[in-house]
Amino acid sequence: MLRKVLYIDLGKEESWVEEKQDLFDQWMGGTGVGIKLLMEECPEGVDPLSPKAPVIFCIGPLNGMFPVATKMVATFKSPLTGELGESYAGGRLPLAARFAGHEAIVIRGAAQRPSYISINNADVKIKDATSIWGVEAQTVGMILREHEPGTGRRSIIRIGPAGENLVRYAGVLVDTYRHLGRLGLGAVFGSKKLKAMVISGTEHVEIPDHKRYREVYNRLYSTTVQTDVMEKYHDIGTSVNINVLNWLKGLPTRNFQSSSFPEAENISGEMFADKYLSRRLSCAGCPIGCIHIASLKSAFSTHHEFEVRKVSYDYEPIYSLGSNLGVSSAEGLLQLIDACERLGLDVMSAGVVLAWATEAYERDIISPQETLGVPLQWNDVKSYLKALDFIVRPPNEFYSALARGVDYASSKYGGQDFAMALGGNEVSGYHTGPASIVGQIVGVRHSHLDNAGYSIDQKAAKKPLSPEQMVDEIIKEDNFRGVFNSLVGCLFARGVYTNENIIDALGAVGIEKTVDDLDDLGKRIFNEKYRFKTREGFDLSKVRVPKRFYETVSTLGKVDSQTVEEMLRLYRKKRGWL
Amino acid sequence: MSMADNPEVKVESAKASPEQETRPKPKKRRRLKVAHPERCIGCLGCMFACSRVHTGNVSLQDSAIKIQTQGGIEGDFRVVVCRGCNDPPCVRACLAGALERKPDGSVVFHKELCTGCGRCQDACLIGAISLGKDGKPIKCMHCGACVAFCPHGVLTLEEVPI
Repeated sequence: MLRKVLYIDLGKEESWVEEKQDLFDQWMGGTGVGIKLLMEECPEGVDPLSPKAPVIFCIGPLNGMFPVATKMVATFKSPLTGELGESYAGGRLPLAARFAGHEAIVIRGAAQRPSYISINNADVKIKDATSIWGVEAQTVGMILREHEPGTGRRSIIRIGPAGENLVRYAGVLVDTYRHLGRLGLGAVFGSKKLKAMVISGTEHVEIPDHKRYREVYNRLYSTTVQTDVMEKYHDIGTSVNINVLNWLKGLPTRNFQSSSFPEAENISGEMFADKYLSRRLSCAGCPIGCIHIASLKSAFSTHHEFEVRKVSYDYEPIYSLGSNLGVSSAEGLLQLIDACERLGLDVMSAGVVLAWATEAYERDIISPQETLGVPLQWNDVKSYLKALDFIVRPPNEFYSALARGVDYASSKYGGQDFAMALGGNEVSGYHTGPASIVGQIVGVRHSHLDNAGYSIDQKAAKKPLSPEQMVDEIIKEDNFRGVFNSLVGCLFARGVYTNENIIDALGAVGIEKTVDDLDDLGKRIFNEKYRFKTREGFDLSKVRVPKRFYETVSTLGKVDSQTVEEMLRLYRKKRGWL
Repeated sequence: MSMADNPEVKVESAKASPEQETRPKPKKRRRLKVAHPERCIGCLGCMFACSRVHTGNVSLQDSAIKIQTQGGIEGDFRVVVCRGCNDPPCVRACLAGALERKPDGSVVFHKELCTGCGRCQDACLIGAISLGKDGKPIKCMHCGACVAFCPHGVLTLEEVPI
């Protein structure tokens, strides 16, 4: 397998490749190699939007090799939290990197003027992007397709105006429907004047033992398609959880003022599937096809003239721009998701920021003077669309503050008790109980995907778990996901990739590992990430927990602050930090 | 790889008419059919299967079946693969005799005879023949390996009378 790192310096307009066998041997790939390279590349205390802050992309040894190993990870210093930035995306990105022959790509410096990177096998070019600066994220793809090779096997990742204007939670759009969404990678691209990156390649990968490879492949493929481990993602998709969590009293509603939404049915996965779903797509290398595309057809005149927009939806955007903003119409919700796509905003942070602003407006903490007359009210889609535009091109201080995230905005205007962020990152769509809260506090990127606390809460709803048991589960997931994210698999397939299957898959591509090796790797990756976090100023004992979490009933009833504190204490103790 | 090595391949019989049923069993050959291209989700499982089964390696370039996009994944996918023509233009175009039509209608590729002229590629309007890194055609053998790895029933393997 190729064990190379491609370095691109935007400032010097040069690129080169370095062989790093040891790095991959020791840190596997994906998030393991990513955090190691970030430690090397990122100067301590650097401004995340300065040229000195690097962006690192990594795939892992299983990408392109096995079903559902379909993610690439971007590692950077987050302009939103000021510490570890990590974001994952699928689409065709990992496959394109694999066949271009680059397992890791390090981007340094900043370009003098708007640019994009074109990678075609070993050919790396930095090209002028002046004429597409300011163009919406989706359109950028349409334009670059005409100029770049690799139709059908390439990946085009790009930012919209939000990234250019350094909105701290701007994302990077990947192949039109996927995202390196969270923690502000889009702003880092913007700060480097990097509008897009196109990757394609025609390499192939030699397999040491064809028979063994085919045997393992067939087995994993069968598990993926023939058992029910992934059925939920196949049929309704992740949005099947809207009705489930609503029923469980875990669906954040109107900025977490409630955990169930009376109109949830109108924006449920079932509703979308029945009325709006027009197409399903898959990331290259995944037979599931969980990408759900809705068609939004709306008349723009009374003469039967329509515009049709294709919008990708999932559970999290439905929570953040739907129930959490009290939006009760599927069409209104699709318009909001579409706006975030065009602008290049992370939908989750955008929704949480708007939810805080709406409640602050309701409580007269902010006035129409600040909102420039935009009446921020629950379910007011038109106002929200206007506000999203203002966040991306801020006309005043208030919208500039919103563009820096809910922590910053609430520190400036007040209302911190209902500013729903943990560790500086706007929270995910779960008010399921203490494991969800603690999981996001301790998680390396303060995401529900770090350790799936929401899932531990749901388990506890069936059979009670003690705080200690919950903490144990969180730690187990923290570590396991470090391994899985270094391969790099899609977390939806975590049920397929048991330790045994991971070992078999790695063995089939010539990497021999034991369960102990994997355990050790998971711990090392976690520790390395915390080393970076603390170096950049993260302090677990100082994380602000918005009071709202303790006021609204959750799936497991009201959460009290003592439970959360007790779990954090146990967590620190078990990590050996006390 | 022969069919016998691939237990996952399913063969769908072309529907026999009542008249055919009364006649002695006709000779048949197996042919890949793109039955439902509009159901493609773009997973590229077929392409991986083709190169995995025929080369043992992981490659998109070495696949005889190709999933093409038109305007990115927003557009419709195009499934490009050999149709198994009865009067194959690729065979007629080959001056070296490297592509040979057998009596049963299948086309066999004799690599050692191929000069790499590329005329077969030009002869196929569908674009079902591409040239590999060695400059020689990658030819679909209608083995059905791709069918087994299509999760959406886009592809079928049918039996057609000779």
